Amino acid sequence: MAAKIPMLALSPTMESGTIVKWVVSEGEPYKAGDVLCEVETDKATMDYEATSAGTLLKILVTAGKKVQVGDAIALSGNAGENIDALIAETSSAGVSPEAENKVAGDAVGGNSIHGTKRDFAKDSTPGSTATDHLPGGVRASPLARALAREKGIDIAKVEGSGPGGRVVKEDVERSMLTATAASPVRQPVVIEEDTVIAVSGKRQVIAARLSESKTASPHFYLTVKVVMEALIAARAGINAQSEARLSFNAFLIRLVAEALKRHPEINSSWNGDTIIRHGRVDIALAVAQPEGLITPVVRNAAHKGIGEIDRELRDLVARAREGKLTPQEYTDSTFTISNLGSFGVQQFTAIINPPNSAILAVGEIFREPFEEKNGSIGFRSVMNCTLSCDHRVIDGAIAAGFARDMRYLLEDPVSALV
Amino acid sequence: MAELTMREALREALTEEMERDDRVILMGEEVAQYNGAYKVSQGLLDRFGPGRVIDTPITEEGFTGIGIGAAMGGLRPVVEWMTFNFSLQALDQVYNNAAKMRYMSGGQISVPIVFRGPNGPAEYLGSQHSQALQSLYAHSPGLKVVAPSTPADAKGLLKTAIRDDNPVVFCEAELMYNWKGPVPVGEVLIPFGTAAVRRQGSDVTIVGFSKPMARIEAAAQELEREGISAEVIDLRSIRPLDRDTVFASVRKTNRCVVVDEAWPFASVGSHVAWEVSSACFDHLDAPVELIASKDVPMPYNHRLELAVQPSVADIVAAVKRVTYRH
Amino acid sequence: MNVQESATPDYKPEFLFRLLEKMLLIRRFEERSAEMYGLRKIGGFCHLYIGQEASGTGTVAAMDLSRDFVYTAYRDHGIALACGMDAGQCMAELYGKENGCSRGKGGSMHFFDVSRHFMGGNGIVGAHIPLAAGHALALGRQGSDGVVACLFGDGAIHQGSFHESLNMASIWKLPVLYICENNQYGMGTDFRRVSAVTDYPVLAKSYGIAGSHVDGMDVLAVYEAVSREVERIRNDKKPGFLEIRTYRYKGHSMSDPAKYRTREELDAYQKQDPILLLKVQMMQRKLLTEEQYIEIDQKSVKTCDEAVAFAEAGAEPALSTLEEDVMV
Repeated sequence: MAAKIPMLALSPTMESGTIVKWVVSEGEPYKAGDVLCEVETDKATMDYEATSAGTLLKILVTAGKKVQVGDAIALSGNAGENIDALIAETSSAGVSPEAENKVAGDAVGGNSIHGTKRDFAKDSTPGSTATDHLPGGVRASPLARALAREKGIDIAKVEGSGPGGRVVKEDVERSMLTATAASPVRQPVVIEEDTVIAVSGKRQVIAARLSESKTASPHFYLTVKVVMEALIAARAGINAQSEARLSFNAFLIRLVAEALKRHPEINSSWNGDTIIRHGRVDIALAVAQPEGLITPVVRNAAHKGIGEIDRELRDLVARAREGKLTPQEYTDSTFTISNLGSFGVQQFTAIINPPNSAILAVGEIFREPFEEKNGSIGFRSVMNCTLSCDHRVIDGAIAAGFARDMRYLLEDPVSALV
Repeated sequence: MAELTMREALREALTEEMERDDRVILMGEEVAQYNGAYKVSQGLLDRFGPGRVIDTPITEEGFTGIGIGAAMGGLRPVVEWMTFNFSLQALDQVYNNAAKMRYMSGGQISVPIVFRGPNGPAEYLGSQHSQALQSLYAHSPGLKVVAPSTPADAKGLLKTAIRDDNPVVFCEAELMYNWKGPVPVGEVLIPFGTAAVRRQGSDVTIVGFSKPMARIEAAAQELEREGISAEVIDLRSIRPLDRDTVFASVRKTNRCVVVDEAWPFASVGSHVAWEVSSACFDHLDAPVELIASKDVPMPYNHRLELAVQPSVADIVAAVKRVTYRH
Repeated sequence: MNVQESATPDYKPEFLFRLLEKMLLIRRFEERSAEMYGLRKIGGFCHLYIGQEASGTGTVAAMDLSRDFVYTAYRDHGIALACGMDAGQCMAELYGKENGCSRGKGGSMHFFDVSRHFMGGNGIVGAHIPLAAGHALALGRQGSDGVVACLFGDGAIHQGSFHESLNMASIWKLPVLYICENNQYGMGTDFRRVSAVTDYPVLAKSYGIAGSHVDGMDVLAVYEAVSREVERIRNDKKPGFLEIRTYRYKGHSMSDPAKYRTREELDAYQKQDPILLLKVQMMQRKLLTEEQYIEIDQKSVKTCDEAVAFAEAGAEPALSTLEEDVMV
C-alpha cells in the first residue's frame, strides 16, 4: 500500500525544515532506520531516518524546499505500485490541516482549573454563611475596620461592596467623601466616570502601523518657511480663469512631486538589505475620517497637470471620508503630505507613513512681517513645511537639499516647468 | 462501653475486620511471632495463622510494594510500618503506585490497602526516629489520611480504613498506645471526614489532631480557669478534611489557633490555617495562629526535645494573643 | 542464512502463524507510533519495543491469561499487544484520547487492561517488581494456580526493590516468574559497566531462585523457556527467574539517538531480527510462503491504519475527567 511520508519533528522544537538532499532516490528500496534525506532545521542539519521499510516511489519535495512538520515529502510503497491517486491528492493539498481537537463535554479554554474551587471551601463565599457572630456585627476587612477607626467612622453605617456585602477599604473611603460632620443628610456624590471605548479594527491598524513606523524608522525633522506670495497669486490667477476652483493641495502635490522627481533619494523605501528608489512619484494625502485617518494616493503626480490632480483629489477625498476607497487607492504611495493648515496649526511634525521614507507636514499660511530690500517692513504670506525623514534612507544634507529645492518650487512655481 | 487502651482498641479493630473478611491480612516487621513491636498485633498470629499475619524482612520498599500488589490482586492488606520514619523508604511505592494506580489505569484498578504505624515523636529517640510525617501523605491526591487521638476513634476509624477501597494512611503514635478511653462495644464505624468537637466554647477555636490533643485539652482547662472559653476540635480525619465543622466553629468564636506537632513549613497545620484564614476571613478578629514544632531536627536531650514540640504554654499564649488578652 | 532448528517438538502451523502475526503487529505498531510521535500526535515518553518482539510475544504465548497475570515496566506497547489489547485503544491512549485504554489518563507508559490480566505499564524503574510478588501472594491466598510474570529491564535489576522482592518471593514461595529483558543498555549505559555480576541468574540464585538465560531473538526459545518455568511454578509455587538476552533497535526512548552503540552492533542484531528468524524457520519447514508473509504484514499495517483512525476520531477527554478516578 502506497503511503505518504510526512516531515517529522526531528527535534522537540522543530516547526519546519528544508530538505538539503535526498539520500535515497526514487525507485530505491530502503530499510527501517535508513537515512532517507538530510533536513536543515533552525538548529542543525539532521538525518531523517525511515520509520519503516519500503521503496521510495516519488519525491514530492525536492532539495532546497522548505516544509512544515506534517507535510508530505515523498510517497513510498511497493516497487511499481500505482500512486496516481496519492499524487493527485498531495499536489492539490497544501499544508496538512491541523487535527481538530474534539472535546467531549465542556468547552476548552475556559477558566483554569485553579479558578474553580472544588474540594475545599465550598462555602467560602461569605454570602452563604450566617450573618450572626460577625465581629462587631459587621462584615468588614481588617483594613476597612482600621481605617474606619482611624477616621472616626462608624463602620456599621458603611455600605459594603465586597463579597457578601463586605465593607472594604474603598467603601470606607467613599463614605469619607460623603459624610459631613454637621448635616446628617448624605450629599449625592457626582462621579465623573470614564468611558471605555472598544478599539476598532481601524484604530488597531493605525496604532500598530504608526507605532511601528515611529519605532522602526529613526525620524529626524527639518522645517523650511516657504514664502507663499507667488503661489497664492498663481492659484488665484488660474482659478479666476477656469470654472474649476483648483484646491491648494493640488498645487502642493504637483510642486512637491516635481521636487521629488529631482530628489529621488527622498522618494524611496527601506527594504532591509536594499533601498528601493521608486520610479514613479505617488503622493498620498492624509485625510481625516470620523474615527481615524486615511491616505488616498495620487498616482504619478509628477506627470499630471494640477487640474487633473485636483479632479482626482476631489473624488478620492470625498470617497475617503465615506470610507469607500479601495486598497489600491490608499496603499503603496512613495511620499505623503499632511496638511493641518485649515486648523490654524502653524507647524507640526508628522509620523512617516510606511513604506515611505519621508512625510511633509504643512501648516497654515499666515502673515508675518519681513524686511524688504529697501529696509522697510512689509508683510508677506508664509507657510511652515516640516519634513520628517527616515535616517536609514535619508541623511540630513540630502533632506536639506530636497527641502531647499521644494521651497524654491513652491516660492517660484514657474520654475517647475524648467 | 469498655475501657480500653488505644493499643487494645486497634487490636480489636484488626481482629474484628480479619474475622469478618478473610481477604484482610497483616504484614510488617515483627507483627507475627514477636506479637508486634508495640504489641498492637499481639495474639493475631495464633488466631489467624502465618498465611494472614506475615513477618517481613526489614524491607520497607519491598514489603510495602508487595502489599500494594496484593491489594491489586484482590486482598485487603494492612501494612504496618514499625514507625513512619521508616516509611520514607517506601514513599515511592505509596506515591507512585498506591496513590496513582487507579488514576493511571483510567479507573480499572483499585488499591484497598491500609498503611499504619506510629507517627511523630516519642521520647529520647533522636532526629531520625521522631518525625511527624502526615503532611507528606496528606499532600498527595489519591491517598486518605486519618489520625485518631482516642481509643474509640482508633477502633472506629481503623475499621472504616480497612473497609475503604482506597489506600489509607493511618497515623498512630507510640506514646498514645497506652491512652485509655471508653470504646463502644459492637460494630461502630467512624466515617472519614468527620471532626469531633471535644469541648464547646465561645472565645477561640483550637484545632488539632493526634497526640497534641492531650496538650490542647490541658491548655483549654488552663484557659477556662482564666476565663477564656476555648472550643476544641479534633480533626481525626486529615484527608478528607471536615471543613464544615471547623469553619462553623471559627465563625462562631472569631478566632483560631491550629496545633500540629509537625514542622511548620508546608504542614497539615499550615494548610488548615490558610484554609481557615481564607474561608472565615470576614469572621476573624485576629490572624489565625499555627503552633508547630520548631523548625529543627529533633534533638536527643530531653529538655530540648520538649522545647521543640508544641507545649501547653505555647498554646495558651497563642490563644491569649488572638483574644488580645496578653 | 543459517538458522538452527529448535530441538523441540513441531509446533502447529496455526501457533507459529499467531506468533508471527503478533510480532509483525507489534513491529508495525511501534513503527507507526514513532511516526505519530514525529508528527507530534504523541508527546512525552515513547519507549519502542522494536527488536524485542520475540521476548514479549514468546512470554505471553506461554501464559494462560485466564488465570495468569503480567506486569511490565514502561516499554509496554509490545507486551500489551501480546496480551491481546486492542491496537486502536493503545494508539488512542498514546494520543491521550478519551477512547484510550486508560482513558487518556496514563499515556505510553501506563497501558492497563485488567480484563486481559495486563497490569501495566509502570513508570518507575523497578517499582513494579514488588507489586508482582504481592499479586502472586494474593493468588496464593485465593487458592489460584495462576502465575504472575514480571518483566523488567537490565536497568532495573540493581534496584533495591528487585532484591527485596526476590528474597520475599523465595521465603514465602510466591508464584511469580521474574523475567529480566536484558536489552543490554539501561538507557545509555552498557549493563556490563554497572553490574558487579553480569550473569543475572547468579543474582537470582543468591535468593535461592534457579534461573537461566534465553535467546530473546528466538521467539520459540522464549516460548519454551517461559512455558517450562510457568508449569513448574504452577506446581511447586516457587518463584522463577529468566534472563532474556534481547536487543532494541531504537534508542531508549524517542529522544535518545543511541550514540552509545556502534552501527556494526546494530547491524549484527538486525541480522537476527526475531521476525526474520521465525519467518525463515517457517519457510524452511514449508509452512509459510512469501505471499502469505506479505499478506500478514499488510494486515498488520492495515490494523495500524485503523488504530490511527480510531485514535484520530477519538474525543479529547472532558476537563471534568481530570478529577475522576482519583479515589474509588
